[in-house]
Amino acid sequence: MTVIFDGIASGMLLFLISVGLSVTLGLMNFVNLAHGAFAMLGGYVCVTLLNRAGVPFLASLPVAALATALVGVVLERTLYRRLYAATHLDQVLFSIGLVFMSIAGAHYFFGAQQQPMVLPQFLQGQINLPGLDIGIYRLFLVVLSLAIAYGLNRLVRGTRFGAQLRAAVDNPRAARGIGINVERIFTLTFALGTALAGLGGALGVEMLGLDPSFPVKYIVYFLIVVAVGGSGNIMGSLVASLILGVVDVAGKYYVPQIGAFVIYAVMVVMLIVRPQGLFGRRAAR
Amino acid sequence: MAFRKSVVAIVAALAAIPALAAEPLKIGMVLPMSGPFAAYGKQIENGARLYLKQNGDTLAGRKVELIVKDDTGIAPEISKRAAQELVVKDKVDILAGFGLTPSAFAAAPVSKEAKKPMIVMNAAASAITTKSDYILRVSHTLPQITAPVAEWAAKNKIRKVYTLVADFGPGQDAEAQFKKTFTAGGGEIVGEVRTPVKNPDFAPFLQKIKDVKPDAVFLFVPPGEQTIAFMKGFAERDLAKAGIRVIATGDLTEEDILDAVGDNALGIINSLQYSEVHDSPENKAYVQAYYKAYPKDRPNYMSVSGYDGMQLIAKTLEKTGGDASGDKFVAAAKGMSWVSPRGKIAIDAQTRDIVQTIYIRKVEKVAGKLQNVEFDKVVDLRDPGKQ
Repeated sequence: MTVIFDGIASGMLLFLISVGLSVTLGLMNFVNLAHGAFAMLGGYVCVTLLNRAGVPFLASLPVAALATALVGVVLERTLYRRLYAATHLDQVLFSIGLVFMSIAGAHYFFGAQQQPMVLPQFLQGQINLPGLDIGIYRLFLVVLSLAIAYGLNRLVRGTRFGAQLRAAVDNPRAARGIGINVERIFTLTFALGTALAGLGGALGVEMLGLDPSFPVKYIVYFLIVVAVGGSGNIMGSLVASLILGVVDVAGKYYVPQIGAFVIYAVMVVMLIVRPQGLFGRRAAR
Repeated sequence: MAFRKSVVAIVAALAAIPALAAEPLKIGMVLPMSGPFAAYGKQIENGARLYLKQNGDTLAGRKVELIVKDDTGIAPEISKRAAQELVVKDKVDILAGFGLTPSAFAAAPVSKEAKKPMIVMNAAASAITTKSDYILRVSHTLPQITAPVAEWAAKNKIRKVYTLVADFGPGQDAEAQFKKTFTAGGGEIVGEVRTPVKNPDFAPFLQKIKDVKPDAVFLFVPPGEQTIAFMKGFAERDLAKAGIRVIATGDLTEEDILDAVGDNALGIINSLQYSEVHDSPENKAYVQAYYKAYPKDRPNYMSVSGYDGMQLIAKTLEKTGGDASGDKFVAAAKGMSWVSPRGKIAIDAQTRDIVQTIYIRKVEKVAGKLQNVEFDKVVDLRDPGKQ
């Protein structure tokens, strides 16, 4: 039981750090490999607030998300915007360049070492039930992810903004024609994606650590989740994260010799069975 | 005319002597200055520069020039190229540094061919010194810091141990040495696992350990984020309350990392050659000087290796009269001994590896700071990996 719970929690962490990418890559159709850089920024904001300014953990989370979103908006207005119509290769090269710049920047400002992070008392420790040990922080991640998944899904599927966004991505010209402010929609969506990245980064510090190589270290995991889940689908990302998390943890528990490989094997199998991802739409282009 | 000629000749000859002696000594350091192991490079360079700062930058009459090249961590081809450039282009007299084993292995042939002394300041695989006759080591070998804690565990009522090591060279070395020493001391290995080197979550492994209930876990993962992640998970799952202890090599609890691990590190038993709170006048002076020079960093074993590396170069050059050519230098360095901030150390005349005291320590709070407090030791230990 504990193994399954840990798997779910591990999956939720995957979901949290990659859902922002489902928004930028999936919804906006922009290959944003710099996602990890935004997550790292959120992590550093959170850690700096905690350790230098003494801000409580829960309060530092929204600040991390907002600060990251702010940087995201600035970059979107100045740089990303120019590349919406560019080829995917250009987008990849551009965002990889951003990643390297962010690594050098983090190294300059914070040094190479790991950033210390201490959770508040009430998030530490475990709840022990018969046959099941629940880490409190893990439980917190699970609840938070479900809330975010629900909120995002509502936003994209059930609101006017979501409808405008889908229209703006699928056919920008027609969207403009019926009076949708495509630029503004894109800026807002990008802000949302980076805010989620920042939040995920801040939440992930406890379990993943934080140093300047963060964006490259975990990029594989972000991409696996988005690939398996099907780009642009929040529920797909959630289900994919859950499956990957549980399989990964169970694999490492029962067959540690090959445990680390299981997650990749699952990805390969899933992509053979469903090349579009679990809930993916056929590519628009 | 003849007189005048000979005067000129004498003057020229006299002028030539100091000119020869004053030729600068170039030391080329290959270190990870960027990438995941940049902290290693920084500490080693800090230590080396501190020695030069304290003792003037002239060793045995030769002005010292340090050239540092970044090899970015585990990138043997870059390390090799850096060493080649240092020898061929910069014409260095001595190679030094080497943060990680792959880097030292890659540079060894360069030192061998060019007959340049190569001072290893951290890379810890036992076999490194066998790869070139010009390699001298001032840091430690992995078996050297693993065997003492295994021996201590076997002697102190720890019967069943679960080993968890990262699946890479040093991890496998540590695992092998631990098993060998611990089982020879009467202990039993009740489980072992090798975790991926890039491992984001220890949850499944920790849960398994909790279910197996050993007396202790022997841990060896790349120092840094993994140590932190492991110890956080260990505390979260209440493994300590289940009566399980953590024993490890001391590089996992070195001063640079301790602050990031936080209070979860309390109680880890480990073995290493240097601790910031090592009680000796030499170390007190060293720590004081270090904080004065680098107020933002804490001195750790790597900085001491950088410091001792310079010390070895200085002492050897004194003996050779400033001659740093490979064969002479290495012959003079063999058997050299001195008192380092970590205690008495010597260079083994046969293996050119370091002979030193390894301390058994426990992580405790000293004046509000996490420290490795020494409580036992193995004196004058040679590298067990070569026996």
